[in-house]
Formats: sequence, C-alpha cells, structure tokens
Amino acid sequence: MKYIFALLVFAIGQLLVVTGYLNDYLFSTLTTLCINIILAVSLNLITGFTGQFSLGHAGFMSIGGYVCALISMRIPTVPGFLLGVLTGALAAAFVGFIVGLPTLRLKGDYLAIATLGMAEIIRIIFLNLKITNGAAGLNGIPQFVDWMWLSLFTFSSIILISNFIRSAHGRACVSIREDEIAAESIGIHATKYKVTAFVIGAFFAGIAGGLYASYFYFLRPTLFGFSRSIDILVIVVLGGIGSLSGSVIAAILLALISTYLQAFPELRMVFYAVALVVIMIVRPQGLMGSKELSLDLLKGFGRKRQRGGS
Amino acid sequence: MKEDFYMGQFLQQIFNSISIGSIYALIALGYTMVYGIIRLINFAHASVYMLGAYIGYFAMTYFGLGFVPSILLAMLICMIVGVLIEKIAYKPLRNAARIAVLITAIGVSMFIEYGMMFLVKANVRSYPPMSGFLAKSFSVGAMTITAQQILILAVTIILMVVLQIVVKTTRTGKAMRAVSQDREAAELMGIDVNSTISFTFAIGSALAGAAGVLVGVYYNSINPLMGMLPGLKAFVAAVFGGIGLIPGAVLGGYFIGAVEVFVAGYGNSMYRDAVVFAILILVLILKPAGLLGKSGREKV
Amino acid sequence: MKKYLSVLLVLVLMTAALAGCSNAPSQPAASGDDAEEIKIGINYELSGGVATYGQANLEGIELAVEQINAAGGINGKKITLVTYDNKSDHAEATTLANRMMTQDGVLAAIGPATSGAFKATIPVAEKNQIPVVSGSATADDVTVDAQGLKEYAFRICFSDSYQGTAMADFALNTLNAKKAVIIMDSSSDYGKGLAKNFKEQFEKNGGTVVAEEAYVAKDTEFNAILTKVKGAEFDVIFIPGYYEEAGLIIKQARAQGIDAPVLGADGFDSPVLLELAGAEALNDVYFSNHYSSLDQDPLVLKFIEDFKAKYDKEPDAFNALGYDAMNFVADAVARAEKLDGTSIKDALASTENFAGVTGSFSIDENHNPVKSIVVIGLKNGVQDTISRTGE
Repeated sequence: MKYIFALLVFAIGQLLVVTGYLNDYLFSTLTTLCINIILAVSLNLITGFTGQFSLGHAGFMSIGGYVCALISMRIPTVPGFLLGVLTGALAAAFVGFIVGLPTLRLKGDYLAIATLGMAEIIRIIFLNLKITNGAAGLNGIPQFVDWMWLSLFTFSSIILISNFIRSAHGRACVSIREDEIAAESIGIHATKYKVTAFVIGAFFAGIAGGLYASYFYFLRPTLFGFSRSIDILVIVVLGGIGSLSGSVIAAILLALISTYLQAFPELRMVFYAVALVVIMIVRPQGLMGSKELSLDLLKGFGRKRQRGGS
Repeated sequence: MKEDFYMGQFLQQIFNSISIGSIYALIALGYTMVYGIIRLINFAHASVYMLGAYIGYFAMTYFGLGFVPSILLAMLICMIVGVLIEKIAYKPLRNAARIAVLITAIGVSMFIEYGMMFLVKANVRSYPPMSGFLAKSFSVGAMTITAQQILILAVTIILMVVLQIVVKTTRTGKAMRAVSQDREAAELMGIDVNSTISFTFAIGSALAGAAGVLVGVYYNSINPLMGMLPGLKAFVAAVFGGIGLIPGAVLGGYFIGAVEVFVAGYGNSMYRDAVVFAILILVLILKPAGLLGKSGREKV
Repeated sequence: MKKYLSVLLVLVLMTAALAGCSNAPSQPAASGDDAEEIKIGINYELSGGVATYGQANLEGIELAVEQINAAGGINGKKITLVTYDNKSDHAEATTLANRMMTQDGVLAAIGPATSGAFKATIPVAEKNQIPVVSGSATADDVTVDAQGLKEYAFRICFSDSYQGTAMADFALNTLNAKKAVIIMDSSSDYGKGLAKNFKEQFEKNGGTVVAEEAYVAKDTEFNAILTKVKGAEFDVIFIPGYYEEAGLIIKQARAQGIDAPVLGADGFDSPVLLELAGAEALNDVYFSNHYSSLDQDPLVLKFIEDFKAKYDKEPDAFNALGYDAMNFVADAVARAEKLDGTSIKDALASTENFAGVTGSFSIDENHNPVKSIVVIGLKNGVQDTISRTGE
C-alpha cells in the first residue's frame, strides 16, 4: 500500500513539473524542503531517538556533498551521480564512525560542543584542501536532481530510518535515551548502539549533501557552518524530538515560513530563535511529541472532541 | 644578530597573544562562572559580548563619550541584559532536561545576534579613531607595543582583581561558591539561590561587555556575528583550564590566545581555528575536568 | 504503514501548498516584443560583507536608467528594474537569479558584483538563456573556465590576470621593488586569482615573493601574521582582498611599524577602507582600479557632474561601473533583433567601441572587454595620483 502512495505523490509531482506549473524557482524551494526533511529525519534519529545531542550534522552533509561533487564532476553521467551520492554518504558514515567512537562517551552539553567542534574542523579542512578549491568552493557541479531522484531519495530515507527505529535496534536506541545506565545493565551495549545511530544519521546527512550538490550547482564551505546545523535542529525540535512525521511536518512549516520571510533573512533567524526558546519553555516535546502522525491519531481527534478534550 | 631577531619575533608574538588572550580570558570567565553555578553552557554569552561592543560603538560615535564612560556603560547594560536572559529564558527551565536548556541558550544567542543584524545591518562598523594616549605605540627593541595593547592588559588585570576580591571576600562571592558546590545544601543554609545566580550572570555579562568594547577599540571592526567564533574559543579556553574554576578560565584564555598566535605565526594561519577545536575535543576525551580540575566519577 | 500514508499525504499537501502560496506562477513573456516595458534584473550585494560595491553599482545603474528613460527609453520602451539584494551570499545569489529569470521574466540581469557570487548565477543564466552582465566580477574563470566559454555571461571590467599583472608591473617598474610579500584572502576566488597572477608576473620579471600568508573573510586579528612577515626583508606588500579585511591589515601593519608601500586591487575601493584603517595609515597605498574621479576625459567629467547632481557626492569606480553596465546592456537591447535573452546575448557579444566612463572597449571572443587600468595612489586616505596603463 505504501508504495502505491509513494508512487501517487511522485506522479502528482511529476505532472506539476511537466506542465510547468512547478517552475524552476518553486522546484528549488521543493528541493530545499526535501533535503531538509532528510537532514531532519536523520538528526532526529541521533538526537531524538537515541538522545545524543549532536550540533555537527552539517559537517556530515558537507562530506557527502563534496565527495559527490568531486565524483560527479569527473563522471558527469547519471551512474556517476548515483555513485557520487552513495560514496558521499558512505564517506560521511565513515567519518561519523571515526568521530563517534571516541566522542559518544560524552554526555549532554559536552557531546554537543564536541560535535560542534568536529563540524567546524571538517569545515576548516574543506576550506584549506586544494582539491575542494578552498573557500571558492566547487562550481559547475552537473545538475542531476529532478523530481524522480528527489522523491526517491526522500522517501527511501524516511522509510529506511523509520524501519530502523521500529526494529529491535531502534528500540535499544530509545532505551539508551531513556536511561543509559539501566539499558547497559540489561545487556544493551550503549556505545555500540549510539555509534550505530550516529553512523546511520551521518549516512543520510551525506545523501542530503550529495543531493544539494547535484541540484544547486556549487558548494562552498560557508554553506555548512553552525547556522545550517541550527536550521536542522530547529526543525527537529519544532516537530518533536522522537517523531519522524513531526520532523516532516515541521520541515514543511518552516519551508513555508522561510519562503514568506525570504526578503528578511534576519527576521527568519529571529523567528527561529524565538521559536526555539518558546517551544522549550512552553511545549518542549514539540508539535508531535513522540507520537507519529497516523490515521488512528486523526480518528482519535474526532473521538476526543466528542468526549470533551484531552 | 640573528638570534636577537628571532627572539624579537618570538617576544612580539607573545605580546600579540597577550592581547587576544586577555579577551578570551574575560569572556571565558563568564562561561565558567555560569557553568559552575547552574551547569549550563551559556551560548548567549557570546552575544552579550557583541552587544557590549555595539554599545561602546554607539556611545562613542553618537554620544561622544570617552573610553572609560563607554566601557562602564557597556558593562552596566550587559549586566542588565545578562540578568534578564537568565530570568526569562533559563529560570523556567532550571529543573528541565539538559538538552532543553542548551537549546534555549542557542535560541537566545541567535535571537540577540540576528535581532542585532536586523537592526543595524550586517556590515562592519568601525570604532571612531582613538586619540591621545590611546593612539600611541612604543618601540622596544624590535618589538612594537601599542598603547591599546597595554590598555587591554591593564583593564583585564583590574577586572580580574576586582572579581577575585568579590568572590573571595564578599558574602555574595561566598554564596556563589556555595551554590556551585551544592545547590540544595546552600539553599538549606539560607542562601538566596535565585539572586546568587542572577549575580553570577551579572558579573559574567559585565566582563563580556568590557571585552566587547576592548575588542572594538583594538580591532576597530565590529559586526553582529562577531561573537560566534571568539565565544566558542573562549569556551574551549574555559574547558581547557577547568570548567567551573575561575583561575582555569584565565589560564585557558591566555593559553588559547597563545596557541592561536603561534599557530598563525609559526605554522599555517588557516588552521588556527581547527587547532583550537582539536584541543577542545582532546580535552573532552582525555581530561574533561580540564587542566586544573579534578576528575570525578559519575554516580548512578 | 498508516504512518507512511500520512507522511505521503502531507507531502502531497505540501506540493500543493507551495505551488499555491507563491504568486501565481507567471510564465516569462515568451517574447518581450509584446511587453510594454523592458525588465532588467538587478542581483546585487546590497548588504553584508561587500555591500558597498553593490550599493555603489546600483546608484550608477539607477542614474543610467533615469537618463535612458528620460530620453524615451529603448526603442520607445521604458526600462523597469527588478532589484534584489543577495546579501553578499552566493546561495542567495543563485536563488534570486532563478527567481528573476523564471518568475519575474527579466530579459537580462546585471550583477552580482563579486566574482564568486557572479559565478553562482551563471548556470542559472545558461539554463534559462538570459544573459548576465557583471560590472566588477574580475576573476579570470568567470567568463571562460575549464569547460569552455560561458555563453550567457559577460563582464565589462578587466580580469584579475590583467589587474594582478598590472600591479606586479607597477611594483617592479614604478616602485622599483624587488621583493614582495603577499597577504591574500584565500576565502575568495578574487583573492586567490589575483595573488597567483601577481606572483607569476612579479617573478617572471625578476622579482621574488619572499613570503605568502593567507586569511579568510571576517578575520580581524592579523598581528601574528604581520609579526611573522616583519622579519623578512621586502619592498612591498600586496594584499589581494576586500576592504573589510584590507583596511584592518593596513592599520595593524602600520601600527607595527611596517612602512613599506602597500599594493592592492579594486577590492580596496571603498570608503570603509578609510574608516577602518584611518587616514594616517593610508599613505603609500596603491591600488588598481577601473576609474578615478581625477580623470580628465570629457565623458567622465559629464558623468561626475550628473552623478553629483543626483546624489550630492563624487562617484567612485563602482558607481561608474554600474553606470557603464546599464548603458552597455541598454545599447545591446537596442541593437537586438528580438527582445529575448538569446538575441540580447548576441548583441552583447558583438559590442564594439562602446564609450564608457570606465574607458572605451569592445567585447572580445571571451566576453571580456579590452580596456585600460588606472592605478590610484593614496595619501593620507585620499586619492592623490593616478596612472593609466594598458591599451
């Protein structure tokens, strides 16, 4: 059933593109949205479901992006592009492994700062490497992303991460979030699962990076700084730490707001900032809490109304 | 002759690092005191530093105030802002999950930085040129020392001495130390925890504001996002020296300043920041308590 | 499974919402011939790190538009500017280019001012077949890169290889320098390209580059690098970079007692340089530029008069470049066979002997102008000497 729906959404999108209703400008907004969805969902796995506060997600995205660009610029064909995205994601996952192993021992604030530092180091390395052309970045990256690839990668990411979470591995991760010491004491090897979640999250961030590079023509190290990590964090927090559909909904909401506030980027960031603070104080579980959007829930709303509110 | 020359260079670099080190130390003090008392990495601290720089700018440019009144004004306003931030954003979350407070701190810092950017635009502003004593420089052998560098060092030393006096001799200072050690016990002993925390924020923010004005005078160029990188590096300094420990922040500040200058001076200046972050990660992994800190074990 | 249903449902809604929430997507006028006006897109850095370039360009452009429209427009049609601020951010420049060309239906676009940002808009221009013209993107690979000529990209300013070479010649011949230090902005195409060209020319003609240091945009602390450099023996310092950092470098260098002449390129041209460095430090500073108000050419004098009348200040090089860019585009639009991107592109490529205030030029086969360079010397912060080189 789910594949039929995926196909349906894909078909509608394709129709919109072909008739020109969804012009280039709107499509670029859609691409940004889908990339953000992938990033948010993968960060949610690390931070929301496994409870590891990572502020360096943009670093993984940049690895995916650069590796993909370097490959697809040398092999400018569709197989080259696919190879690039996959290799980029694997490279990001690899770095996630190397970085995660020593740092995931840290807790809370310290982990956050360590991941932030790691992302900065990655950015500075890219800023100085000859092969990535330093600050001038890479230009003229061949554009391969169209609605077909975009929807394929976006849906796959959501489905794969969701499957992981509902598996035994995923439940282990959640138990680590709830109480790491208790989890250890019933035999769940905390470090193993933390690193696994981290690596998977990094992998998908790498995919998002590859998609970005293959649509927006160019990469610069400045695209992957702290602000991008924050952008993703806001989506995850707004949607609900621990809710995948929350991340998707939040990504859409914020995409709409960003489009309206395009002329005022500072106001957009101010809005994000206020949103973060208000959510944390008033409703820290975000829009969806740790629930997922489903027909049952929607039906539940109807019933609850009759009973007079939750 | 050549040894003299290399020695001269080395000493000059040391002097360069003292200026930047003092700035980091002043900012690091705020981080370490707040962390010590409520275990929070106050991300918003860096934006208070930036606010100080802008207040100094406006004071000097539009109100024609001199250096001393400007820096005092900046310290005063930053003090108030710091206390307000604590009351509005952190106090409601005092018993909440750590991630929540950290996210809030990030939100506050973004609010101030981008709010400022919206108000004054992202272009750099320059401080009005200094006149009189502050414009001089002195040659000592092959080294050149500017009066502004001396000023930064002097102001930093004065502020640190004042801080030491406050912390060691006054009641509030004692209260700060007590709350850092054990909040509940302090409360039971009759200490007003809320005002102690506010006081801590006030001092830390005042120091950050002073640092902002000093940077404005010395480097001449300020912009709304100027706090991000120095803030992070000052935090690394605090962690390196031992988070929560005041002498640790000072030590860390000068150390990180020296690392930066010497990596730039003798290595590749493009990797300056990466080295600082690498130090952070190493410290966190190997000795999270920092140079002067004592390692503790986590109790279940 | 039900969850997927909803996620997908949401995605469908999103597509619809996005499509609906923007202004009714308008197809760009298939042929501008029917339109009442000629829409020219403006994509400039009006805020951010290099804002003074964009703002200055825009002032020049608006003066030109005023004059053209007052004289009846182009073939009877008035020019309408569609202006956007890319905030000195490359990603924003691309997005805005996309918007201008697909949503707003511009026939040609002017800007951005910096090479990096301009390059970011070229793929969009190629895809939509709308020409983009920059008044000040000087990096060599802007119009021609490893993959060949960029059909829809044009510039009316000289390139960095030209500037870098000219400054190297100036150092060698006019200042009799044998040894140079380069402190470059390695976070921009501009800085890196200039450094490379200067070094090549300088060393080819007998000079030696004794030290090379680098910084990134937004840096403020240069004392460590300068102390390091101070130890070497050198005759000149070359700073390929933009004014926000160059101003500070010059200030800190002079404060450390480094008195050697400082050389730069058109990135120095901004009032902010003076603000940051202070008049006293701006002595013995020379930089290559497109234009100087000390020039005595009658076309320039008239331009200065008109500009002063409208804005009450002397124009600088970026004002002049903006003015020329707009006139350049207007000239091509007037000559174009049809009012669409491709015809205008052809007309731009065949421009000959265009008389601009930044010099007369023809467009060569690489879409670059062939024109001369001005080297300006600063004394106490003001322009003191100029010399012209090149044909």
